Amino acid sequence: MSLLLFIEQTLNGLQFGVMLFLMAAGLTLVFGVMGLINLAHGSLYMVGAFAAAAVAAATGSFLLALVASFVCAAFAGILIEFFIIRRLYDRDHLDQVLATFALILIFSEGTRWVFGSFPLFLDTPEWLSGTVMLPFGIEYSLYRLAIILVGLIVAAGLFWMIARTRVGIRIRAGENDREMIAVLGVNISLLYTFVFALGAALAGLAGALIGAIQSVQVGMGEPVLILAFVVVVIGGIGSISGAFVGAILVGLTDTLGRTMLPVFFGLFLEPSAATSLGASLSSMSIYLLMIGVLLFRPKGLFGGA
Amino acid sequence: MRKEPVLNMALLIALLAFPLWAWAADEPFLITLTTRAVIFAIAGVGLNFALGFGGLVSFGHAAFFGLGGYVMGVLAFHAQTYTPVLDWPFVINGTKSMPIVWMVAIALSGALAVAIGALSLRTSGVYFIMITLAFAQMLYYFTISWSTYGGEDGLSIYVRNDFPGLNTMDPIQYYAICYVLLLIVLGLVYAISKSAFGLALGASRQNEDRIQAVGQGPFGLYLTAFAISGAITGLAGVLHADLNRFVSPTMFSWHTSGEIMIFVILGGVGRVFGPVAGAVLFIVLEHTLGGLSEFWHIYLGAMLLGVVLFARGGLIGLIAGREVAHD
Amino acid sequence: MTKPLLDVRGVSKSFGAVQASTDINLDLREGEIHALIGPNGAGKSTLIKQIAGGLRPDSGTVFFDGQDITGLSTAARARLGMGRTFQISSLAMDYSVLQNVVLGALGRRGDIFRFFRPVMKDADLLATANQALEMVGLEDVKNFMTSELSHGQRRQLEVAVALTLSPKVFLMDEPMAGLGADGSRRLMELLRELKQMAPILLVEHDMDAVFALADRISVLVYGKIIASGSVDEIRGNPIVRSAYLGEEIDA
Repeated sequence: MSLLLFIEQTLNGLQFGVMLFLMAAGLTLVFGVMGLINLAHGSLYMVGAFAAAAVAAATGSFLLALVASFVCAAFAGILIEFFIIRRLYDRDHLDQVLATFALILIFSEGTRWVFGSFPLFLDTPEWLSGTVMLPFGIEYSLYRLAIILVGLIVAAGLFWMIARTRVGIRIRAGENDREMIAVLGVNISLLYTFVFALGAALAGLAGALIGAIQSVQVGMGEPVLILAFVVVVIGGIGSISGAFVGAILVGLTDTLGRTMLPVFFGLFLEPSAATSLGASLSSMSIYLLMIGVLLFRPKGLFGGA
Repeated sequence: MRKEPVLNMALLIALLAFPLWAWAADEPFLITLTTRAVIFAIAGVGLNFALGFGGLVSFGHAAFFGLGGYVMGVLAFHAQTYTPVLDWPFVINGTKSMPIVWMVAIALSGALAVAIGALSLRTSGVYFIMITLAFAQMLYYFTISWSTYGGEDGLSIYVRNDFPGLNTMDPIQYYAICYVLLLIVLGLVYAISKSAFGLALGASRQNEDRIQAVGQGPFGLYLTAFAISGAITGLAGVLHADLNRFVSPTMFSWHTSGEIMIFVILGGVGRVFGPVAGAVLFIVLEHTLGGLSEFWHIYLGAMLLGVVLFARGGLIGLIAGREVAHD
Repeated sequence: MTKPLLDVRGVSKSFGAVQASTDINLDLREGEIHALIGPNGAGKSTLIKQIAGGLRPDSGTVFFDGQDITGLSTAARARLGMGRTFQISSLAMDYSVLQNVVLGALGRRGDIFRFFRPVMKDADLLATANQALEMVGLEDVKNFMTSELSHGQRRQLEVAVALTLSPKVFLMDEPMAGLGADGSRRLMELLRELKQMAPILLVEHDMDAVFALADRISVLVYGKIIASGSVDEIRGNPIVRSAYLGEEIDA
C-alpha cells in the first residue's frame, strides 16, 4: 500500500471525522445542557440534505442550497423542540429514546410521502469540483478538502462561542447546574430552544455537504446517527472538545480501518478471507473502540461532570 | 385494581380464539399474523424482564433476537446441505429438530447476555444504552460480512424445522407451538416476579442504596436478569426465523431493538403481560393501518409518541389503572 | 470498658484541595447512643459514607466488630450487621410497607437468588417483618404503598427495615429531620428502646433530641473532631460553644 494512498485515506478519514463532528456537536450539547438523548438528530441531517437538494434543483445555486439546509433544519428543530422535545427534559432516558425514535418514524415516512422512495440528486457545484494538488504530489478532491475546511471553521466557531460569548457561558453554566441558572434569571426555554436549533442546523448542514457526495435518500441519517452517538460517548457527554477528538478518532479509525485491515490480513491470510475478515472487523472497529474507551474511562475521554 | 388479571386472561383467550376461528374459516394468513404477534410478544417479554423489572434500558436486544435466528439458520443450513457445522475439534452436525435448536439458542443467548452484561453493566445511564447498542451493531456488521451464511442477503431455509408428532408446516400447528411457548415464558416471568429474586430486582431498580443496605449488591441481580432476558428474546428469534424460514442481518439491526422496545412500551412497561398487549396492538396496527396507507409508520410513530407523552402505563395501564403492590 | 463495636481510627479523606475528613477517631460502644454533631458542611455525610460504605478513606481504618472493613462494599457491611437509615429516605417507593420490610428480612436470610416461591407468602420472612413493624408501630399501615406514607412514617419504616437485619449497630443519618414535635417524640422513644438492642451512631442536627438521647457526643467541624465526651462535658466546652453551639441555640 502506497504512502500516497495512505495520505489520501487519512484525508478522507479527516473529512469523515469533521462531518461526524458537525453531527456530534449538536448531540453532545443537547445532552450536556438539557440532559436529553435525541435519536431524531439523524432525521434533521436528512431534512437538511433534502432541503438542499430541493433548493439546488429549484435555483441551481449550491450556496443557496447550503443556506437552505441550515435554515430548514434549524426550523424543523425549533418546531419539534417547541411541541415535543421540551416535554421530555424531565423524563427518564427510556422515554426520551422512545419518543425520539417515534420522531424518526414520523420524519422518515413523512419524507418518503413527500419526496418518494427514490434518492434525490445533489451535485457538487462546478466551482468545487475536480481535484487540487497538495504537497507531496497528492491529488485530492477539492470538494472534500472544502468540507474539511468548513468543518474546521465551524469547530473553531463553536469553540469561540462556548468560550467567549454570553450564550456560551450560559451553556456551560447550564451543563453544570440547570436549576441554578434558571434561578439566576436566564431564560431557560429560550436557551434550550437555541441549543437544540443550533444542533439541528449543524446536522442539516452536514447532511447537505455529504448529500452531494453520497445520495440523498430517506434513512440516510441513521448510520451517521449511530456513529455520532459513538463519538459523543467516546468524547464524553457535554464536551465539544471531546466531540471533536472523538469524531476525528472515529473518522480515522473507520476510514483507515476499511482500507488497511484487509491489507494487513492479506499479509498472512488468503485474499478472500482477508477481505471479508478485514471488512467485518473494520465495521466493528468503531464499536470496539467505544467499548474499549468506556471500560477504561466510563464517562468518555473528556466527560465526567 | 383487579382489572389487570382479567385483561390478561382476555388477551390469552383472544389469542386462542382468533386463530382457531381463522383455522375454521380457512384463513391461514391470519393465523400466521397471530403467530407473528405471539413471537414478538415473547421477544418483548424477554426485554421487559430486563427493562421493566430491572430498569435496564437495553437498546441492543436485537443481539439476542438475531443470535436465536442465526442459531436456527446455521443449524438448519448444515442439516439441509448435509455438511457438519464443525469438523474440529469434534464434529457438530446441523439439525432441524426444534427442541434441540431451542435449547441451543436459549443457552447461547443466555451466555451472550452474560458476556455483554458483564461488560455493559459496569456503565449506567446513557452509556449503558449506547454500549448495548454497540454490541448489537457489531453483530449486525459481522453477519453482513459473513458470506458463508448469506451475508447481507440472508439465508433461506427450505423447510420448517421438525417437532415430534406435529406437522409444523401447518400454520395452526406451528401457532400452537408458539402459543404454548408464550404461556411457558409468561408463567416463568410471572413466578420470578413474585419470588425473592423478583422482589430484590425491583427494589434495586427503584433504589440502589436500598438494596445495598439490605446486604445485596445490584450487579449480581442485574446480570442474572439480563441473562434471563437475553435467553427469552433469543428463543423468540428462533421462532421468528423458523416462521419466515429466513434469517438475515436485519434481525440484529437497531431498528429491531427499537421495535421490541415499542412492543414493551405500547403494552405497558413492567407489566408481565404488557409485551403481549403491545405486540398484539402492533400487529393489529400494522395490518389495519398498513392496509390503508403504505406510510403507516407515521401513525405508529404518532401513537408511540402519544403513549410516551401521555399514557405512560401503556395499553394495560390505561385500562387497568395504576399498578398496586399486591400481597 | 468493653471493646467498641465500631472503631474508626485515623480516617482522612480529601477531594482535591478540600480536606473533607482529617484524622478522625471515633468509636461506638455497646448500649450507647453516640451522637455526631456539627455545622453544615462539617463533613458528616462524607464520614458516614466511609463508615457505612461507598467511599474509601485515603488513610485510616474502620473496624467493625473487630474486623477491618475499610475495603468492604456497602452490601458486605450490611451483611455483617451494619444497620443504616438514610438522610433522604431510601425506600422502594412502588412497594408496600410490608414489601420493604420483607426485603430486609430476605437480605438478612441471604437467599435472594430463589426464583419460584412467592416471597410474600414466606411465613418465616413475614414473621420477622411483622415483628419489626410492630416494634416501630407501623403494623396498621403495612399494606399501604410506601409512597403514601407521611414523612415521619417513612423514617419509621427505614428503622423497621434496618431492624430486620438483626443489626449489631445502627448508623442513623439525621432521622429527626422534617419531623414535627409528635413524630420526633415517638422516634426518640423508639431510639431509646433500640439502643438496648444495638448501639446507635446518630448524626443529628436536632439539638433537643441530641441532648435528650445521647450518652456521648462528638463534634465535627471542618472535617475534624474538635471535642468528644458526655453531654455535660460538651455543653460546657468553650471550644464547642464558639465553634457551633452558639449558633444552634437560636434554631
